[in-house]
Amino acid sequence: MAAITPDNHRLRLIVRYTILTLIALIFVFPLVFMVMSSFKPDLQLLRDTSSFRAFLPVGDLSLDNYRDAFTRAPVATFIFNSVFVTGLTVLLSLLFCSLAAFSFVFLNWTGREVLLSIVLATLIIPFETIAIPLLLLVSQLPWIGWEGLELGWLNTYRVQIIPWIADGLTIFLFVQFFKDLPRDLIEASRVEGASWWQIYRRVVMPLSGPVIATAAILKFLVMYNQYLWPLIVVQQETYRPVMVGLGYYFQLNPAWGEIMAYLTVITVPVLAFYLVLQRAFIASIASTGVKG
Amino acid sequence: MNLKTTLAGALVVSTSWASMAVAQTDLTMWYHGGGNEVESALINQIVSDFNATNADYNVNLESFPQGSYNDSIVAAALAGDLPDIIDVDGPVMPNWAWANYMQPLSIDETIIADFLPGTIGRWNGELYSVGLWDAAVSLYARQSTLDALGLRTPTLDNPWTGDEFMAALDAAKASDICEYAFDPGMAWTGEWYPYAFSPFLQSFGGDIVDRSTYKTAEGALNGDEALEFGAWWQSLFAGGYAPGTSQDPSDRDTGFIDGKYCFSWNGNWAAVATLDAGVDDLLFLPAPDFGKGSVIGAGSWQFGISATSEHAEGANAFIEFALQDKYLAAFSDGIGLIPSTMAAAAMTKNYAENGPLNVYFALSSEQALVRPVSPGYVVAAKVFEKALADIANGADVADTLDAAVDEINTDFERNGGYGH
Repeated sequence: MAAITPDNHRLRLIVRYTILTLIALIFVFPLVFMVMSSFKPDLQLLRDTSSFRAFLPVGDLSLDNYRDAFTRAPVATFIFNSVFVTGLTVLLSLLFCSLAAFSFVFLNWTGREVLLSIVLATLIIPFETIAIPLLLLVSQLPWIGWEGLELGWLNTYRVQIIPWIADGLTIFLFVQFFKDLPRDLIEASRVEGASWWQIYRRVVMPLSGPVIATAAILKFLVMYNQYLWPLIVVQQETYRPVMVGLGYYFQLNPAWGEIMAYLTVITVPVLAFYLVLQRAFIASIASTGVKG
Repeated sequence: MNLKTTLAGALVVSTSWASMAVAQTDLTMWYHGGGNEVESALINQIVSDFNATNADYNVNLESFPQGSYNDSIVAAALAGDLPDIIDVDGPVMPNWAWANYMQPLSIDETIIADFLPGTIGRWNGELYSVGLWDAAVSLYARQSTLDALGLRTPTLDNPWTGDEFMAALDAAKASDICEYAFDPGMAWTGEWYPYAFSPFLQSFGGDIVDRSTYKTAEGALNGDEALEFGAWWQSLFAGGYAPGTSQDPSDRDTGFIDGKYCFSWNGNWAAVATLDAGVDDLLFLPAPDFGKGSVIGAGSWQFGISATSEHAEGANAFIEFALQDKYLAAFSDGIGLIPSTMAAAAMTKNYAENGPLNVYFALSSEQALVRPVSPGYVVAAKVFEKALADIANGADVADTLDAAVDEINTDFERNGGYGH
């Protein structure tokens, strides 16, 4: 076996970082293209796509696309709607799915294995196959609001939130994580007289940071990128999310500069959310092998 | 004025306002122009004018992005949540009427007596939709290109024959004026294919379906004329005259302006941008005549009334109100499309007698042929699109067209002939 000398160790590092840099560039270039293009007029943007200039801040640069993007559509409303719907769904999903997983893992009740199998089986059902039945269902569901009993959930925030709170993947993530927690901790807590709710809140959840981060990020991405569901259940502009709003820029002659400006703006909440949780997300991947 | 008089006056005024408000019935309207500032301003103006002058009805407008509008309508129809007034793309109207999403209009038809044929939507003998404008396609060319290649300028009365057109492409290909002789617009997928390319097929003598029965595509899409069209279509790409299905969308937008293409098959909606880009010797030439006359597509967005509307009288009143020449002209000036009447065209800057796009009004009135008026068109259009893309990519013409006919006929059979 050849000895590892300082020279070949250095060479390996150079090769490794060169490969990693190239891979990083592949992922970063689309983002760079998006940001750079958002400052260019349409004709220049289209012409630059055939050269490396597409990735460089060259030519006639301005903030006009941003100004026009905000003029063309109620961007702030779309972003608020997406952030509100996504934020609330993520919070409720973490609560309800972790409770469900807690029940599956720590409580003894008849049929839990069967029910967990059914929950996991829902992972293989594409949403598109249930979209229409779900639409028919929510269009007839009652709701008691400020104005009394209403029939139908269309054109509301709740129709974008409630059907998405519980899902098989999030429950699965929590179940897998909870199974790896030391059972002694739970049993010791029971011996100490803690209730199941206290164990959930004081013992299990404080130890679940990584899986919470993972589930939150995955759920955030699913919700923030929602398109089909809001498209069919929301007809009023005041409730539309960002992805449906993207359609405002695809006219007969698409406004490519504005599209890039809009995409740049709506990417900010996603990046911010990921940056806040990235450390816990990476820890979760390292400890559980689960990734998006 | 004492307190009692003031209160009594206030009571009378507020009661009057309240009773007026109660008297007005709310109508809901969906429109596909979300994101188009000019179009939104125009439609809002019509709604605002109607609401101000009509004491009985008040229209509430909701705009949608065009790309997702049809899906929203279908979803709303399933959920029983359609508005009173909708707008519908002309070739899609028969499908929505057949699916019972729409009800016939009962407007005064003398209003539309002078409308361009492509702006009127009829299905099963009944009027279902009317449009404020139409769109048209022409062959974009530069006068300088025709001069350099020694080509005559075709006119509406004397268009290029198929042979002349191919001779023009041969001359363009042999020259070093441009990279490709012809840009049909292969990068624009979707409805562009049947809208823009089925007129070539019709000029050969074929069609997407057999319009005499609307029950089959047999003979129309795979007969001798269609096979001849298919061979010609394939030759455009195999012969290197035109970029294929992998055309860069940016080239489609700027290729003609940049001089990459000598001739471009494009719509009137791109004309103003091309002129503004500095193509000062731009010509809008009629479609070549491959034997059965020059043909271009027709039918754009039109107003209609949903089948579930309980206020059809008000919805009809709104549509009649919107069909005034001043609104047709305003839309044309705003978004560049062809106004539905000659009187309105005379009021526009582009389509008036000496306007730069005046030729489109004549093209639309004399050469336009609406796409097959059938509920099955929405499926046939997609089949046709795929067949043309496959042929462009080298598939066997006869096999591809036979397969397309089978697919269209199967859809007809599955849907009981769509009521034809």
